[in-house]
Amino acid sequence: MTVTDVVTAVLLLGGALSCLLGALGLVRFPDVPARLQAATKPQTLGLLLILVGTAIRLEFESAATLLLVVAFQIITAPVISQIVGRSAYRAGTMRRDDLVVDELADPMARSDLPGPARDDPSS
Amino acid sequence: MTVVFTVTLAILAAAGLLTMLRLLRGPTTLDRITALDVLVVLIVCGGAVYVAINQDGSNIPLVAAVALIGFVGSATAARLVERGERHR
Repeated sequence: MTVTDVVTAVLLLGGALSCLLGALGLVRFPDVPARLQAATKPQTLGLLLILVGTAIRLEFESAATLLLVVAFQIITAPVISQIVGRSAYRAGTMRRDDLVVDELADPMARSDLPGPARDDPSS
Repeated sequence: MTVVFTVTLAILAAAGLLTMLRLLRGPTTLDRITALDVLVVLIVCGGAVYVAINQDGSNIPLVAAVALIGFVGSATAARLVERGERHR
């Protein structure tokens, strides 16, 4: 077990556990935005750890391509959660009692955008 | 090292099962989209572990392509749902 093997083992297992925690959070959390937290953050961290653990074992060119995938995932995860979170908010599938502050309510009310803030949530 | 790979793949499989649970049970379509996005990330992780096992970079484009397609699919589906979800 050389040093790179040990480092790869630690990274791979850490990444897999992070993915498992994310999936567990996805199941346990009450509503869509909370599940989005679980679906993007630990998964991206897990993917990052696994890909770095893989990149160590390969020569430089393929490692660079793998790190490109990591960068891509880091860029797209927030975009997906923003889109899905916005759809969840506008479709009214969010639990209102958990909300501490609802900054989107006022702009929604003023603009002509349809949203749960103006008509009653249909959930 | 093979023990490490099998344990990693087993943990990823367990995560996949949990995501399937959310996929089947998810009350709204948005939950299912999120679960599918998590499944795609797990597939990418599995592909990366496969690349690590064989130590050759020949199927790295697979990993990159699945990551790209996962994003486009989720984003499009979420936009599509946004219009239809309000009537329920």
